[in-house]
Amino acid sequence: MSRPAIAEPRRAALPLRRWQAMTLAERQAWLAWLFLLPALLVVVAVAMVPLVQTLYFSFTDKRLGALEPEQWIGLENYRFLLTDPLWWTAVKVTVQFTVITVVLEFLLGLLIALVVNSRFPGRGPMRAAMLVPWAIPTVLSAQMWKWMYNDIFGVINDLLKRAGLIEQNIAWLARPDTSLIAVASIDIWKTTPFVALLLLAGLQVIPDELYEAATVDGASRIRQFFTITLPLLRPAIVVALIFRTLDALRVFDVFYVLFGARPDMQTMAVYAQNYIVAFSDVGYGSAISVAIFLVIAIFVVAYVTTLKVEVQT
Amino acid sequence: MRDMRPDRPYPDVLTVRLSRRQVLRRAAVLGLAMPAVSALLAACRREEATPTQAPAAQPTATPTEAAAETPTAAETPAGTPTVVTTPEMTYSMDNPPEVFNADQASQYSGTTLTYYGDSVGIGAEMDQILAGAFSEATGITINVVPKPASATENYAAYQRFFSAQSPDVDVMMIDVIWPGAFAPHLVDLSSALGQEAQAHYETIIENNTVDGKLVGMPWFGDFGMLYYRTDLLEKYGFSNPPETWDELEEMARTILEGERGANPNFAGFVFQGNAYEGLTCNALEWLASSGGGRFIENGQVTINNPQAVEILNKVRGWVGTIAPQGVTTYQEEDSRQVFQAGNAAFLRNWPYVYSLASGSDSPVRGKFNVAPLPAQPGNPHVGTVGGWQLAVSMYSRAPEAAIEFVRYMTSPEVQTWRAVLGSFVPTIPDVASRPEVLQAMPFLEPMEAVERVTRPSRETGERYNEVSTIIFQGVNQILTGQDAAQVLPGVAQRLQRIVG
Repeated sequence: MSRPAIAEPRRAALPLRRWQAMTLAERQAWLAWLFLLPALLVVVAVAMVPLVQTLYFSFTDKRLGALEPEQWIGLENYRFLLTDPLWWTAVKVTVQFTVITVVLEFLLGLLIALVVNSRFPGRGPMRAAMLVPWAIPTVLSAQMWKWMYNDIFGVINDLLKRAGLIEQNIAWLARPDTSLIAVASIDIWKTTPFVALLLLAGLQVIPDELYEAATVDGASRIRQFFTITLPLLRPAIVVALIFRTLDALRVFDVFYVLFGARPDMQTMAVYAQNYIVAFSDVGYGSAISVAIFLVIAIFVVAYVTTLKVEVQT
Repeated sequence: MRDMRPDRPYPDVLTVRLSRRQVLRRAAVLGLAMPAVSALLAACRREEATPTQAPAAQPTATPTEAAAETPTAAETPAGTPTVVTTPEMTYSMDNPPEVFNADQASQYSGTTLTYYGDSVGIGAEMDQILAGAFSEATGITINVVPKPASATENYAAYQRFFSAQSPDVDVMMIDVIWPGAFAPHLVDLSSALGQEAQAHYETIIENNTVDGKLVGMPWFGDFGMLYYRTDLLEKYGFSNPPETWDELEEMARTILEGERGANPNFAGFVFQGNAYEGLTCNALEWLASSGGGRFIENGQVTINNPQAVEILNKVRGWVGTIAPQGVTTYQEEDSRQVFQAGNAAFLRNWPYVYSLASGSDSPVRGKFNVAPLPAQPGNPHVGTVGGWQLAVSMYSRAPEAAIEFVRYMTSPEVQTWRAVLGSFVPTIPDVASRPEVLQAMPFLEPMEAVERVTRPSRETGERYNEVSTIIFQGVNQILTGQDAAQVLPGVAQRLQRIVG
């Protein structure tokens, strides 16, 4: 029992001496790493491990519930993915949807933000009311819109007919040429308030003094908008655009409720969900996930380079 | 100058500081708002939940068909009787059939079984009553657990039980398309219940027999059938329901032309054209009734053939003419609502519609009847089989007791009782022809001769979902305008990759 008691202080002595020999800066660096360690371990456990695992599975024929272990099949999953017309339809639908919704949500959101940023009676309730569409869970609002779009008893056809704009009911969600417009308008209705909220936050930190000075200098309202509001709003715009673009590229719920597994209206996420959940095909599903990651990466790189997002230190 | 950079004008404006009091106040407001918000959401949800659960039909592990999930007429249509009296017998909910195998089962007295039964409606109620009667007579305790209402979740739950080799479930309801996938984990019932199985419809027993193992006993069944408006057929001079698809097309067109003037929403024929499991069922009927085969037969992919191309292109021609354009988005409930509101002359659907359309608040009550689905000349009338089986888990600690419970639950006596009081379609022909059953479900009589066709779930096992998705996605593409001759080769190729 006495030997460990002697050995212990001796073992402790060496690091202690080394510690004492360090400069203050070195000590602080070590301490910093020590404090960071738990956080790093968590990141590795919840982010890195699944990521690497997904990458690995994408080269195998792993299936959920399969009795035999997975086999390494190289690039076979990727080969099938690249030659699958349904995948390319999904990419096309997703990108079209993203472009339409992000552009319109941004323009409408900016307009709304400018309006609710100005002073008028009832501004507070107005700002709150604006958020209602965004607060409704998407599966519910999508179901609600699905009924509104219904070809037989839907309210949209009814209103258009009363207004004399159409003669025959239109099957909005069935016709290939109206489906995308229908689903995009739901997303615009739902998410424009969110964009407006982000932009409103950006507008509120622009000091009034700048506008006052500009007015004194004789700048018109429009000039003020383009030289003061828009440049100062840029950080908020970048955040809003990146948020919305990434969300739109990953869109799942509204398409799933409206179209299910309809082959010409699948998004990348619906396509992936089909394979992973419905078919238990984790290997191929992982390859899809990697491909989705790459598509999204293209958009992010494009944003970061064109909008010159600076890393602020 | 640097501090004047536009993107960070006044750093102190950006860092909003909140006092403790402000934080508390905001937290309180948020806390109070939550119940209000959740109450609102709950209110929305309840309304939303009703239509998705109502129907019955079919199965499937595909997530899309909210509607297609649950069991049959289970949703207690208006006026389901609780007591039915015939000259020989009185059927009532509090008087379940006698446990005829009590002597045999009593040797396992004291064991406890967990049974994954019906999730909703009268089916769940009947499970409790039958389990209670069985327990009382045998001393075997039955722990009745309602299975998940969604077929997808249900499938996933069983998958988890089986991959963990869990003894937590002994007897379970399985969908008609699951035996192939779950066969390795289910007890072979052929030695214990082989005798009883002979009384059931042969196609269902065949469907439930995987590699010579009988993995599930048929419990109640579904099949596709044609609902038609008797008053409209008469009005336009048709004396009988259509025999062939061409006849149906012609009748639908005549009626449609006559009715459109008065009702612009009128449609000739509605079915399930959405891209989901229900479309696979519809397509199987179209193909099998026109010599187009059954997608996959004896390990061969047969979906790409001239008859299949012909009939699918014919159906494509219906979309936007005798069928509404929106039919490519319809599931069971959408098509039922159109028919039941009086807006269609013909409907393809499952038996659950019968009691709903006969309800006292139904506009078509007394104006419709049921016939076998049409078939092209020289081909049999068919109906896709749906429904549920009872199976015993291989990981059960008391499989013998579980088998006795299944023997009781699937017996002619229990099936009759469930048919008369709950409108569950029997899987035993002798039961289906009993007068008291026919009285509850008059449509069973014209359907007796219909050939029951099964989806290729047995031969594709755990990959059936994928097979079905390939089929319904392909057929949906055809319905929305593509040529079947262009689509089917690709569908066949994808199927071939799975079948091998």
